[in-house]
Amino acid sequence: MSRIVGIDLGTTNSLIAYMDKGAPRVIPNPDGVTKIPSIVGMTDNGLIVGDPAKAHLTRDPSRTIYSVKRFMGRGLADVSEELKYFPYSLHEKNGVIRIEVGGKTYSPPQVSAMILKELKRRAEEFLKEDISKAVITVPAYFNDSQRQATKDAGMIAGLEVLRIINEPTAASLAYGLQKKTQGIIAIYDLGGGTFDISILKLKDGIFEVLATNGDTHLGGDDFDQRLLDVFVEEIAEQHAVKIQEHPDLMQAVRLAAERAKVRLSDERETTVVVELPNGKYEKTLTREIVESLVVELVERTLAPCQAALKDAGLRADQIDEVVLVGGSTRMPLVRSKVENLFGKKPHSELNPDEVVALGAAVQADILGGHNKEILLLDVTPLSLGIETMGGVMSALIRRNTTIPTSAKEMFTTYVDGQTSVDIHILQGERELVKDNRSLARFQLKMPPLPAGVPRVEVTFLIDANGILHVTARDIRTSEAQSVQVKPSHGLTDDEVEGMIRDSFQFAEEDINTRQVIEARTEANAIIVATDKALSRASALISDKEKAEIQRVIQQLGETQKGEDHRVIRAGIAEVEKETHHLAEVLMDATLKEALESKKVSEFVK
Amino acid sequence: MARSMCWHCQSEVTGEYLCGQCVKVQPLSKELDYFACFKLGRLLNIDAQELERTYYELSRTFHPDFYSTKDESEKTISLGNSAFLNSAYRTLKDPIQRVEYLIRLEAGAVKDIRSNPPADLFEEILELQEDMETFRGLSSEKDSTERAELRQKLQRERGHLEERQEEMEKALLTKYHEWDQLQNQHADPSKAREQKDLVLRSMQEILSNRTYICNMANELLETTG
Repeated sequence: MSRIVGIDLGTTNSLIAYMDKGAPRVIPNPDGVTKIPSIVGMTDNGLIVGDPAKAHLTRDPSRTIYSVKRFMGRGLADVSEELKYFPYSLHEKNGVIRIEVGGKTYSPPQVSAMILKELKRRAEEFLKEDISKAVITVPAYFNDSQRQATKDAGMIAGLEVLRIINEPTAASLAYGLQKKTQGIIAIYDLGGGTFDISILKLKDGIFEVLATNGDTHLGGDDFDQRLLDVFVEEIAEQHAVKIQEHPDLMQAVRLAAERAKVRLSDERETTVVVELPNGKYEKTLTREIVESLVVELVERTLAPCQAALKDAGLRADQIDEVVLVGGSTRMPLVRSKVENLFGKKPHSELNPDEVVALGAAVQADILGGHNKEILLLDVTPLSLGIETMGGVMSALIRRNTTIPTSAKEMFTTYVDGQTSVDIHILQGERELVKDNRSLARFQLKMPPLPAGVPRVEVTFLIDANGILHVTARDIRTSEAQSVQVKPSHGLTDDEVEGMIRDSFQFAEEDINTRQVIEARTEANAIIVATDKALSRASALISDKEKAEIQRVIQQLGETQKGEDHRVIRAGIAEVEKETHHLAEVLMDATLKEALESKKVSEFVK
Repeated sequence: MARSMCWHCQSEVTGEYLCGQCVKVQPLSKELDYFACFKLGRLLNIDAQELERTYYELSRTFHPDFYSTKDESEKTISLGNSAFLNSAYRTLKDPIQRVEYLIRLEAGAVKDIRSNPPADLFEEILELQEDMETFRGLSSEKDSTERAELRQKLQRERGHLEERQEEMEKALLTKYHEWDQLQNQHADPSKAREQKDLVLRSMQEILSNRTYICNMANELLETTG
């Protein structure tokens, strides 16, 4: 059985973890950084993902995609309010958002797949083995379409997704494992783009989710937005610059807002400086100012907490421990609101950025058959039902039902000889169809018989991933009927297959981009090192040699901006050749110095 | 429990849920009811701790997490068994759902939803409905004192209905004991059946009154906000 990794595919950052001798570990890059920004940039030479793409955000915002998780499993109407903030152009096809970047069109699962591939590559490099199986986390409050989209993303990235697991429950696994906790715990998970609250009972290795609730459109991004709005307005007043018309400046201001917010979790005051074409925008912010801007958003998390408590049949004081997850819980305001609600100090010993990925690795270990002690019993976050007469939803599976679960419903005909019945599947808590989420439609085939005689039983099964499966059976003949479900906001199987094929093409482009980035990094390192060497050794070499070295490093400085890694490599080789003598001279000098200092020290003895 | 052949190795299944020969998980019998799934008789008083313990134990036997590396047939069986187990636990855990399920098993009766109020509450409910009508008719800006007074009255009524609901649930619990006693007696089968049917009918009566009251209380809550 090959290794299964755990992936936290976040709105702002993503992480990958594995099980190392019974303990989950997050995989770092060579510099020791574990978080990969969930940002994808399209350059002329292909894709860049993570930190390089974040740098790309202010240079080429219209070709840099961030917060793609907000679009997963959604239609354009779902995100209409925030459209104005995104620098790239969006449209909708077959109920699925499409992102237009540099003349190409991508679906959100395709973009997420690019991030997943980067994580996969990192793990493969670190573990020195192929990775093909993963557990991926999603917000607990994700609906069926959003979960399916995440699964699609995994497939496009060449990963078999063995399980979609809820982020707060994943966190509880990592937390419970370490703390050996028993009792009732609440996981408060406020990330970059989503909020979840889950209440669990931990007993003898069983992690039973009692209730979950949340908001898939509330997170740290929204906090940044509040700050950004203030900056944009002030810049317009003070500098007469309309930031909305400059996507690159908009992203620079947005990043400045994010950094200021992060700093104010530790400090009480900070100054924001943004370079504008006609001067500098400076603003001093206090923690109180930021808190007053976001307090309404933070308070919006409290109603889902109360709803979850009610569904679990518990009072706030019956919660034994409260655990904080997600970067946004670093904010002191969030902590104090949570503490007030539950009447106890929340735990935050585990790194709130990493705990979800760690939990995913624990779940991967369970699925791999290596851990038989722990079992997670999760729930479906939303009620599932079908449309009935008068546009009313009839619930078949209630929210917070433990999964897997199934419900059967019998269908018949209203007219003699009727050969089909249309069925519309919904998810949500409201009474009317129009207020709930349309998941899918399908047509049930009926034998041509007098009205009311046919009896076809449909089974709606929600699996352990929280994903719906529909099967049908004719009761009279006991014959199974194949059901072709058409998702309202999802990709068809054919589309996913096409995207898997496309991803191979992207892979080639990726390799080229990676080579350019690596060559560029090396070139810059050599330039810096040579400059340093020149200043140290200027007295040791001739002016002519010095001028020649300066010429080649200047030349390399120009070539490294290009997009052909072979040209950059050639430039590096030339610098290496020209500095060969310089290196020798320096080496001698250093040796001499070392010898002399040794003599001195011996003399002192 | 009568057992069939293993779907995989065709040997007789001697173990309870797993084949003794090839240790493959077996699909739960189609005839198995929720009580039998938990190795319980059809009794209404259930020890919640014990129920949870059995649920956890059976979850460890059936949950798909433990079949991730197995073949497709075993995965499908584990999924089906697990879904059945979860429905069984949810139903038996809740005293109201439990008795509704028992009535369905024993009497084959579908839940009857009554459209008329219980006889002893007839006049009270009638007045309540009129008051709700009036309340809805009053616009929220004008007639503020009249509206506030009416709201208070309706809220008092809701409290009253909730008290009634609690009384009904208490009455139901006494019936649970009656039922369990009859189940545990080894009396003349035909006579026992008669008595049991009587208890089932009276429980059903209480249940449908309770449902009516619950719906009414919810409607009141929605109206007054």
